[in-house]
Amino acid sequence: MNGWKRSGRGGRARIVAHLDAQEAAVLRGLVDEVRRMLDGRTAERPADELEELTGLRTGPSEKPDDPVLARLLPDFATDDGALSSALRSLHEPELIEAKHGAAAVVLETLPPAGGRVELTPDQADAWLAALNDVRLALGTALDVSEDMPDDLPADDPRASHLGVYHWLTYVQDGLVQSRMAMR
Amino acid sequence: MHVQSVDQPVNGQVGCAGRGPDDTMGRMTAAPTPSRTVDPAHDEDVTGDVPWQAVVWNDPVNLMSYVTYVLQKLFGYPEPKATALMLDVHHKGKAAVSSGDKEKVEGDVAKLHAAGLWATMQRV
Repeated sequence: MNGWKRSGRGGRARIVAHLDAQEAAVLRGLVDEVRRMLDGRTAERPADELEELTGLRTGPSEKPDDPVLARLLPDFATDDGALSSALRSLHEPELIEAKHGAAAVVLETLPPAGGRVELTPDQADAWLAALNDVRLALGTALDVSEDMPDDLPADDPRASHLGVYHWLTYVQDGLVQSRMAMR
Repeated sequence: MHVQSVDQPVNGQVGCAGRGPDDTMGRMTAAPTPSRTVDPAHDEDVTGDVPWQAVVWNDPVNLMSYVTYVLQKLFGYPEPKATALMLDVHHKGKAAVSSGDKEKVEGDVAKLHAAGLWATMQRV
């Protein structure tokens, strides 16, 4: 992957990059992992009969115990537990659905063996959201801080994953810059 | 917020952007309250009419560039205003990014969550 480039103009404008096989495998794997975590959350609370009939899904009212899921699915308020619970219950299913939608776009547009990725503006927005979810998940798991060094001491168990995190940062930031230049 | 060293705008270029009178937080939070006739006896029932605001919090993962882009895209803010709000989040730890009635702000927070920003809502 050597950065994102814009091609075409107007309605044919695209953002293009090439990912090698390993990069594609890493990114697809992480996107899929986040997807499975979210599926696990959904499975904790199966839809009841009324919800199946009406299609009006409500989610759990409690914040996830897992810190990664808690970051992906944040509270709506800091100082009003009742409001937070009510709004989580109301909005969490659609939030998970939106994240699934973004993940699906990445998996559809990124060839499993690597290769050319060519994105419309809408697809680029989905990539940005999915890349952000993956970075949030990995960043939370690695407990990253604002002034995270480029490298950790070799004996730090997080060292090997930090390189992936920094690579995802590079991919996302480049895509934001290209996407912003499109408007 | 994560400070990305690659392709980071030159210092000052960002810092001086969007500091016009229209971009101050005071202006944002002082969005006009919809004028409604409120029966004082039913004050408890009209909390939905009290202005709320969506607040974005600083976190170590979200990129400055991405936060700016999300604020532009979701709220239609011009880049200088979105950048100023992003810098408030970065330097002050949080910033109110939109305001309005409860339902509107609830929708704004839901959209910010879908974009992956850490956002909450509160009464003004």
